[in-house]
Amino acid sequence: MAEAHPVGFQWVMEAKRRGAKVFHVDPRFTRTSALADTYLPIRAGTDIALLGGIVRHILENELDFREYVLAYTNAATVVSEEFVDTEDLDGLFSGYDPKTQTYGQRSWQYAGHEKNSGDRDTHKERETAAGLRHESHGMPVGGQVQRDETLQHPRCVYQLLKRHFSRYTPEMVERTCGIPQDKFLELARAWTENSGRERTGVLIYSVGWTQHSVGVQYIRTGAIIQLLLGNMGRPGGGVLALRGHASIQGSTDIPTLFNLLPGYLPMPHYIDHTSFTDWVDSIRHPGQKGFWDGARAFGASLLKAYWGDAATPENDFCYGYLPRMTGDHGTYQTVLNMIDGKVRGYFLLGQNPAVGSAHGKAQRLGMANLDWLVVRDLFMIESATFWKNSPEVETGEIVPEECRTEVFFLPAASHVEKEGTFTQTQRLLQWREKALDPPADARSELWFFYHLGRIIRQKLAASDKARDRAVRDLTWDYPTHGDLVEPSAEAVLREINGYEVATGRPLSAFTEARDDGSTAIGCWIYTGVYADGVNQAARRKPGRDQDWVAAEWGWAWPANRRILYNRASADPEGQPWSERKKYVWWDADRGEWTGYDVPDFEKKKAPTYRPPEGATGVEGLAGDDAFIMQGDGKGWLYVPTGLQDGPMPTHYEPAESPMRNPLYGQQANPTRKVYDNPVNSVNPSPPQPHTDVFPYVFTVSRLTEHHTAGGMSRMVPRLAELQPEMFVEVSPELAGEVGLDHLGWAHLISGRAAIEAKVLVTDRLTPLRLDGRVIHQVWLPYHFGREGIVTGDSVNDLFGITLDPNVLIQESKVGTCDIRPGRRPTGPALLELVDDYRRRAGLVGGRPPIVTTDASEREVG
Amino acid sequence: MIEANSLYGPLDPAPDAGWTDAPPRMGFFTDTSVCIGCKACEVACKEWNGVPDSGFDLLGMSYDNTGALTANSWRHVAFIEQPRPAGHRTPPFEGNPTGPAASPASAATAAGTGTDTGTNPGLPPGRPDAATRMAAGPEFLGMPGSEPPGRATGAESRTDFRWLMMSDVCKHCTHAACLDVCPTGSLFRTEFGTVVVQEDICNGCGYCISACPYGVIDQRKGDGRAWKCTLCYDRLGAGMTPACAQACPTESIQFGPLDELRERAAARVAQLHDRGVPEARLYGHDPTDGVGGDGAFFLLLDEPEVYGLPPDPVVTTRDLPKMWKRAGLAALAMAAAAVAAFVGGAS
Amino acid sequence: MGLKTFIEGWPVYRQLTGTDPLARGAAAQSARSAALTARTETADSMARSVCPYCAVGCGQRVFVKDGQVAQIEGDPDSPISRGRLCPKGSASKNLVTSPLRQTTVRYRRPYATEWEDLDLDTAMDMIADRVLAARDATWEDTDEQGRALNRTLGIASLGGATLDNEENYIIKKLFTALGALQIENQARI
Repeated sequence: MAEAHPVGFQWVMEAKRRGAKVFHVDPRFTRTSALADTYLPIRAGTDIALLGGIVRHILENELDFREYVLAYTNAATVVSEEFVDTEDLDGLFSGYDPKTQTYGQRSWQYAGHEKNSGDRDTHKERETAAGLRHESHGMPVGGQVQRDETLQHPRCVYQLLKRHFSRYTPEMVERTCGIPQDKFLELARAWTENSGRERTGVLIYSVGWTQHSVGVQYIRTGAIIQLLLGNMGRPGGGVLALRGHASIQGSTDIPTLFNLLPGYLPMPHYIDHTSFTDWVDSIRHPGQKGFWDGARAFGASLLKAYWGDAATPENDFCYGYLPRMTGDHGTYQTVLNMIDGKVRGYFLLGQNPAVGSAHGKAQRLGMANLDWLVVRDLFMIESATFWKNSPEVETGEIVPEECRTEVFFLPAASHVEKEGTFTQTQRLLQWREKALDPPADARSELWFFYHLGRIIRQKLAASDKARDRAVRDLTWDYPTHGDLVEPSAEAVLREINGYEVATGRPLSAFTEARDDGSTAIGCWIYTGVYADGVNQAARRKPGRDQDWVAAEWGWAWPANRRILYNRASADPEGQPWSERKKYVWWDADRGEWTGYDVPDFEKKKAPTYRPPEGATGVEGLAGDDAFIMQGDGKGWLYVPTGLQDGPMPTHYEPAESPMRNPLYGQQANPTRKVYDNPVNSVNPSPPQPHTDVFPYVFTVSRLTEHHTAGGMSRMVPRLAELQPEMFVEVSPELAGEVGLDHLGWAHLISGRAAIEAKVLVTDRLTPLRLDGRVIHQVWLPYHFGREGIVTGDSVNDLFGITLDPNVLIQESKVGTCDIRPGRRPTGPALLELVDDYRRRAGLVGGRPPIVTTDASEREVG
Repeated sequence: MIEANSLYGPLDPAPDAGWTDAPPRMGFFTDTSVCIGCKACEVACKEWNGVPDSGFDLLGMSYDNTGALTANSWRHVAFIEQPRPAGHRTPPFEGNPTGPAASPASAATAAGTGTDTGTNPGLPPGRPDAATRMAAGPEFLGMPGSEPPGRATGAESRTDFRWLMMSDVCKHCTHAACLDVCPTGSLFRTEFGTVVVQEDICNGCGYCISACPYGVIDQRKGDGRAWKCTLCYDRLGAGMTPACAQACPTESIQFGPLDELRERAAARVAQLHDRGVPEARLYGHDPTDGVGGDGAFFLLLDEPEVYGLPPDPVVTTRDLPKMWKRAGLAALAMAAAAVAAFVGGAS
Repeated sequence: MGLKTFIEGWPVYRQLTGTDPLARGAAAQSARSAALTARTETADSMARSVCPYCAVGCGQRVFVKDGQVAQIEGDPDSPISRGRLCPKGSASKNLVTSPLRQTTVRYRRPYATEWEDLDLDTAMDMIADRVLAARDATWEDTDEQGRALNRTLGIASLGGATLDNEENYIIKKLFTALGALQIENQARI
């Protein structure tokens, strides 16, 4: 956190000053470790084993916050008797289909609910990254559930969890993660001792956690701990994601993602969502509890915002205009399609996949096989110059004279040259004022897309083709201003907020959304950001003039709420768990919820409220159902539906690992997404042969001095001089073993590429002892490329493409490699070197063969 | 009036330099125990003051690629990797299969590394003799400093480890030798008690450079003039905080009236001692030290030498008053004659 | 300038007659030093902005003088950052004024080995034509069983996550109306 989010780290230092104890877990000793009380070096890719050990420590010693757990989680809920755990299937859950490598989830359901959501096509859900939809509105579960308040029922979630994690002992943590038992116990004790009524503990992760083939389950394990310890919905608690880009939260809320529409509404699927009603019912699940009941109004209002007058209740609000998904249309599938010649044109908008995405060669080969490419950026990045300056040009794989891709480079406006909102990591929207006009041809994305749309609409004005009606009917009349004819960002924000169609009055809350065409809302979770016609994101009441919640600085979705599920900061009766930790509570005299924050609960619903028989939607939530977006109002320790790879997190080895999974026969995530494509390959892991070819683990992350793929730091002299060269950090032990010189060169080889870097021999890296073996890890920054003031090879070239099955994010925080002293060869000799390694590793391209031996050596997917 | 200790001993420097109604003396307290080594100070300083780049070379001195305070680096963050305990903390590598601090091979390579990067100051040169000795087994090479990792580690286990970071800056001495030796009046004492080079006056004679007991002030190549931290004199005049202190994310760099900072620093040291960090100590805070105390002082977690600071700096003009007693009267008489000549000639 | 003023401005005179006999302070202050003030004080305007790097969302103040960015520094009002910035945030002026910044359109013809210049309006028109051509060439009304698809897989986009919400909104809106599905951003990476 000190490394990548230094200014956020001031609050950790503030907590430390007040006596908080800080633990830091990282494969390498970073600037954060330097300030932490205890540092735990860990083998990259084993976080579930560590966190699972904590879960076990809590459950075996009954250290959970029992009142909280009983009231607010599904610990007491009884699960189907059809469910079989990994304990009995050597690392698989019941329902696995080796043919599709997905689970049928019927057996995972709550008892009596097997038919509810058990028959869905999980293969299809994986293809469309369906898990992403749950970011705002949780997962559905219907009807009444069977509960055992004593937590003794052998199939209640509490007991299932206890059994599932029983093998995550301190010894196992040590064998899997390389973390000595004493240190593990120090962490476990500190975490549990600092949670409860009077105290809360917080778990903070950087989003490298998502870049694993089990990324979603990492975060799930963290959530289980925080729920068991009563740290959710309370001040000083939670699971906090440190996101690494100014508005990456906004980029999922108002997504430019293939499977989502604004506000986490799914992009329609050609089979599941043939009609408007099919589509909204798949979100709201008629007859079930919770707040997603308004989906019909949100969907109708979005279409109304898109197609205005043309969108009417009679024509299902032009629902038919929406394109349909048939499967995986994610960025990695798309790049492979580019290589296969299926994609004509590609826009890159402030993004540099030639350096920033996994498998750089695949990225560049894809771009070299387009008709045209539009790059919009501040700087001439590697993704714009792949045709003249790339490793493939050196090796002869891309020949400029033979590369047909037409490239347009359009300069972009910087953040000070345009106005608009970023949504930062705590869901807070902050408006930026414009300081000055962009120089020369530089323009904002708002300008580019508004005018591109305007020109396209002109060209199609006379078209009578059915497909063009969606373009011609689009509301595209944003006011413009100034010499540059810049569209008004405030007008767009107003549309995002939503308005009453008849009067134009901006809406104040998403509860005003209607499904009759009388409201238009661009992104329902942002409704309120323009309440009363005022740009709430532009509020800047100084922090020192407000209380510590600072509710009048910017605007947070939903409804300017700063802590989600904050109903859980009060006990079931509505009183604060403790005076120290009071946040939101029930004011019985006034008959409403009150507190420092906007209560995340119906304002007037008393803690004692119990839903009438058969109540659905919001009405179905009881006065102590704190997790209002979940179908049963509970925080989920066990996830009966919505996840691809299991209802409970399970340690699987990374797709590339030098280790056999110490916990189960199943080596890696059996549902991980792997592309069968000649350009892609996965280095062998046990029990496959030839794992000694790539004996070392490499992991990558950021330096304080640089930013992501380097487009905003390698081009900036002040930053470039601070970390001027690509390097690899190795321990003195590994340097001795391999013969690496400090400040000398080394090259690293994987099945995809070979790159070179300067060597930093440092005590900050340590070998790990696991299962009687010593494992060496090396660390590299992923900021470098061939353009800019300071240059170097890109470490993401070493990675192949293996994805998390829930969200289709690639595993790019851990892989295996070899490291040798000296520089890498150049030209065709470079390809020969990689080929030689591939030959020795038995890689023939594509997916490694499925190895099925006896149970102890099983690797199914 | 020239005070008895105008050149040595405790003093409030601004009034001594003729500022009537001077504001309180302002300075920096840099608490290295909360420094995260982010280098925001280096960048904020360069951005505000328009300081040129100082070279694009990997120095290999941990994460320090700046090297030292120079004419082109007015803040410098030092990084020191040490196999030593840090306060009450749990040893970071306890239980890991770390060998001795450095294997013979890597200790030898580290000790022998000395690639000339062309940057001045760059990486300290390698020591072939030490490299040869280390090939037989790692050994302690003497006082650790801002050295490449491996050079400074001994044969003991590296179970324990700490990573010290410290943002160094001009000390704005109470008795500033640079100022005392400046023949042009370019270096002067501001009303805030700070020491500033006036770029419109400096003629690049370079006397100040050898006079500085800390090796801070430096001549810029191609420009010839001397440059260093001004404690953002322009910002101070506008009632603002210096750029580095404003940027510092963790309040490692604190700016304020020196008296207040000294009180705060003493309290912080006491607090750290209470929390099991007995090695916390102040550096440059003492008005009776060799430079009369620094306007920019530090809380350190090791000996000053570890951070590349002199252990006992003394103002190089300490003996000047004795010399002046002999030369002063003559000089004064000559100056008075010169003024009289001007006045007379113009009437 | 009168003689008296001239002499009073002369350092040696100030040294001898003033309070600074060693000429190390008040007497040595140059005219430039005396006139010095922070350039933020003399800026023409100040915009309240947000750092473009990570997602902490630190407040920035952007000072403009004579049509140029004169300074970017932390906004002390922000309850998130309290005026502080990391090295990247502190380098924001250097980012927007970097000598490497591209400010004109560049165009690479198929099979070319060098860039050439292109007029912005022409580029916009060419891109619009190419979008429509790619869309027409790859349009899918239905699958082979007649189920509606209504899309093109011939156009893709990958955005960074430093775009504004308003920008993402109209990007998604336009591409969706065009039937382009493969619209992705850093959040997938």
